[in-house]
Amino acid sequence: MIFATVGTQLPFDRLLLALDTWAAMHSDVPVLAQTGQTNTLYANLTVVAKMDAAQFADAVAQAKVIVAHAGMGTILTAIEAGKQVILLPRRADLGEHRNDHQRDTAMEMAALPNVTVVEDSSSLCEAIGAALARSNDPLLAARSTVASASLLETIQDFIWSEASQPHRKSLGKTRRARLSSLLRNPLRTALPLTQSLRT
Amino acid sequence: MSSFTPANTPRTKTTRRVLAVASGGGHWVQLLRLRPAFAGAEIHYATVDAGARSTVAPAPVYVYPDANKDTKLRLIASTLALAVIMLRVRPHVVISTGAAGGYLAIRLARLMGARTVFIDSIANTRQLSVSGRLAQKAADLVLSQWPTVAAASGAQYRGAVL
Repeated sequence: MIFATVGTQLPFDRLLLALDTWAAMHSDVPVLAQTGQTNTLYANLTVVAKMDAAQFADAVAQAKVIVAHAGMGTILTAIEAGKQVILLPRRADLGEHRNDHQRDTAMEMAALPNVTVVEDSSSLCEAIGAALARSNDPLLAARSTVASASLLETIQDFIWSEASQPHRKSLGKTRRARLSSLLRNPLRTALPLTQSLRT
Repeated sequence: MSSFTPANTPRTKTTRRVLAVASGGGHWVQLLRLRPAFAGAEIHYATVDAGARSTVAPAPVYVYPDANKDTKLRLIASTLALAVIMLRVRPHVVISTGAAGGYLAIRLARLMGARTVFIDSIANTRQLSVSGRLAQKAADLVLSQWPTVAAASGAQYRGAVL
C-alpha cells in the first residue's frame, strides 16, 4: 500500500494529481491519501480529508512507501517507523505555501537513507517505482524515536536546575497585576505576533 | 544517542511541574521525541488536538485552539485558553516546540515566574521561525536545531530531535 499525506492545513493538488495518475497505471497497488481540504476528485485514490492520530499511525504502519509534502511531522513519523518517504516540497510561487521553507527542509532531509526528494510530478512517479523495488532494504530499519542525547540532557538539566526550583511565595504584586491586566486585554499578548506580519 | 540515562533523576527531593506545549503535526511529534528528558518530573501537556491524549496517557493533556499570525481572533482565544491552563497547572518549567501557541505559553509562563525554554522546529533550516524570534525576547533559553541558524540568530544549539 502507498500512503500519501499533504497535512491537513493547505491543499496540495499537484502532488495528489500526480499520484492519481500513477495509481491509474498501477491499479494493483492501493493508494490511500490524507488530502486536507480539497475540491478536486481523485478517481484512483482512497481519500480521507483528515485522519486522527490512530488512523494516521495505522496508515503509516501498513504503507510500503509514503508520499508526502515536506512536513516535519510526516518525515519524523516515517523515519520512526522505518518507512521510505518520498517528499515533494510545496512551492510558494505555485501558491502551495506561504514561503519556500519546505524546499529547505527537504534539501536537508535528503541526506537520510529513507528519504527521496523530488521536484516535479514525473520524477515523483519514477521515485515511487524505485522505492517499491527496494522496500526490503535493511538500510531502512526503524530508527530511534527520541531526540539526540545532548538535547535531552540540556532539557533535563534545565528542568532540574536550581533556578527552576519551586518557590513558595505567591505571584507577587507586580506579576499579579500584569497577569490580570493581560487577562483583561489578551490582545496585548497577541500583538507582537500580529505586528510581525507587517515587518 | 544511547548515552542518555534518565535514571539519574530526580536529583533533588523537590518536584518539578513541567508544562510541555506544542501545536499539532510536526511540532507535537518533535515534543514527543523529548519525552525521556521529562522523566521524574510531573509532566502536563498542552496541544491543539484532543486526539493526542491517548499518545501520552496517563499524563494530563489540555487543549487550546490552534492559531497562527494570520488568524488574529484565534490568537486571542489561544491566549485566553493558555492562560487558564497556566493557572490550573502552575508549572515551574514551560517547554515548547512551537509554534504560535508555544510562544504565547512562554509569555504567560514568564508572568507567573516559570522558567521557559523554546525549541525551534527542525524544519527551520535557514532561519528561526517567527515564534522563535519572538520567544528570544521572552524565554530563558531558545534553541535552534541547526548550528548555522543558532550562530546567525543568537539562539543556542544543543543537538536536534533527530
